[in-house]
Amino acid sequence: MMAVLTFIFTKIFARASDTNFPLFVLCGLVPLNFFTLAWVTGTTSVLDNAPLIKRVPVPRQVFPIASVISNCLHLLIQIALLLGIVLVFGRGVNIHWLWLPLIWGLEILFVMGLAFAFSAVNVYVRDTRYVVESTNTVLFWLVPVFYSFALIPARFRGLYEINPVAALVLMMRNVLLENHAPLDSTLIRLAIVSVGMFGAGLFIFGKLKDGFYTRL
Amino acid sequence: MPLIEFQDVSKWFPHSTGRQLLRTHITRWFGRVHHQPFYALRNVSFRLEQGESLAIVGSNGAGKSTLLSLAAGLTPPDQGHVRVNGRIAALLELGSGFHPDLTGAENLVLNAALLGLSRRKTNQLFDRIVEFSGIGEFIDDPLRTYSSGMVMRLAFSVAIQCEPDILLIDEILGVGDASFQTKSREALVSFRQAGKSLLFVSHSPGSVREMCDRALWIDHGSVMMDGNANEVLEAYQGRALVQQGI
Repeated sequence: MMAVLTFIFTKIFARASDTNFPLFVLCGLVPLNFFTLAWVTGTTSVLDNAPLIKRVPVPRQVFPIASVISNCLHLLIQIALLLGIVLVFGRGVNIHWLWLPLIWGLEILFVMGLAFAFSAVNVYVRDTRYVVESTNTVLFWLVPVFYSFALIPARFRGLYEINPVAALVLMMRNVLLENHAPLDSTLIRLAIVSVGMFGAGLFIFGKLKDGFYTRL
Repeated sequence: MPLIEFQDVSKWFPHSTGRQLLRTHITRWFGRVHHQPFYALRNVSFRLEQGESLAIVGSNGAGKSTLLSLAAGLTPPDQGHVRVNGRIAALLELGSGFHPDLTGAENLVLNAALLGLSRRKTNQLFDRIVEFSGIGEFIDDPLRTYSSGMVMRLAFSVAIQCEPDILLIDEILGVGDASFQTKSREALVSFRQAGKSLLFVSHSPGSVREMCDRALWIDHGSVMMDGNANEVLEAYQGRALVQQGI
């Protein structure tokens, strides 16, 4: 997937004026891909493991956590490739790379919160996963993957700033392309949203998990 | 202190309307249809003391498996209290918690972890479990190549060797061959002699008499009789004959 994308954006879409365009797009695609995949697999995780839930007394929280973590493995490979491409493009390592684990950690926390909440709701309302899938399609356009933040009119910018995926894309570009640390305000906002979502997800999951057995 | 105590436990299931789609919920909110819930268990009370073994008998759908699920902590009761003191190993369904593509050895470790065994303890017990199961060289083959008897033997071996305080068994013992059945009977007997308890669902009067001194007969979710295994079995079988009109 990465190879195909790199090919398309270096050979097909390559614009003479902007040699960094492929990197620019990948900084958007890697976070978005991770987010959509982890959210969908997290949402179906409880339902997919119905036989285990009905028959083995393990803490139910294991299932969404496991599905998000298994997506993190793919993510690590993608990030490694992305960093490799950054180097190939002649951009060196900089000190701000140290921010990456933190911002990704916050993003993973956010997805886990979503996975908790949606996997539990998905047991009661089975079409939740289709809502998630459609939202992801919309998200592809709502997250600045192919366009930059600078293009967004000021009056809509507030909408983007509360979107954690967009925030992540912005910070990835800050660090990898613009060689500067992410803005404190964006970071703090992401931290609040992520921790809040994680807490809310755990709470919703805890409220709904007692009904799993009878509903599965 | 009893190992398991059920106090006026009731458990009901909503009558399901097929797939739980958003439509189902909306029509239920607006509709006047109120389904009566289905009672799987109704005011069930019993105690299982240390060293005691209890068999649960009853016809299909009487609530036996629901009772085991509640004891295993898979689901909370809708009414009443379930108290469990001690570590439980549950053999509720053949091959639950097993993954078909993992090898027998990997499944063994996974299953032991699900029963709450630490990695180190599992490594210590590994050889004993494999030896008991009699699976031998097949232990490194993926589980999907196993026969159902082999799967059951592996599951049973893990459960019995990890030394729980209470063992829950839901009529799966019949799968093994004669030699393994003898072996598992012996293991269960020594398990009981070690002062551990057994909660046992079976349709075979022979194994109930052999394994348990006490039996609980449930029918349509209610306790019909609780007492000496022989007496309960007699009553239960007599009732079954009456129903057949003999």
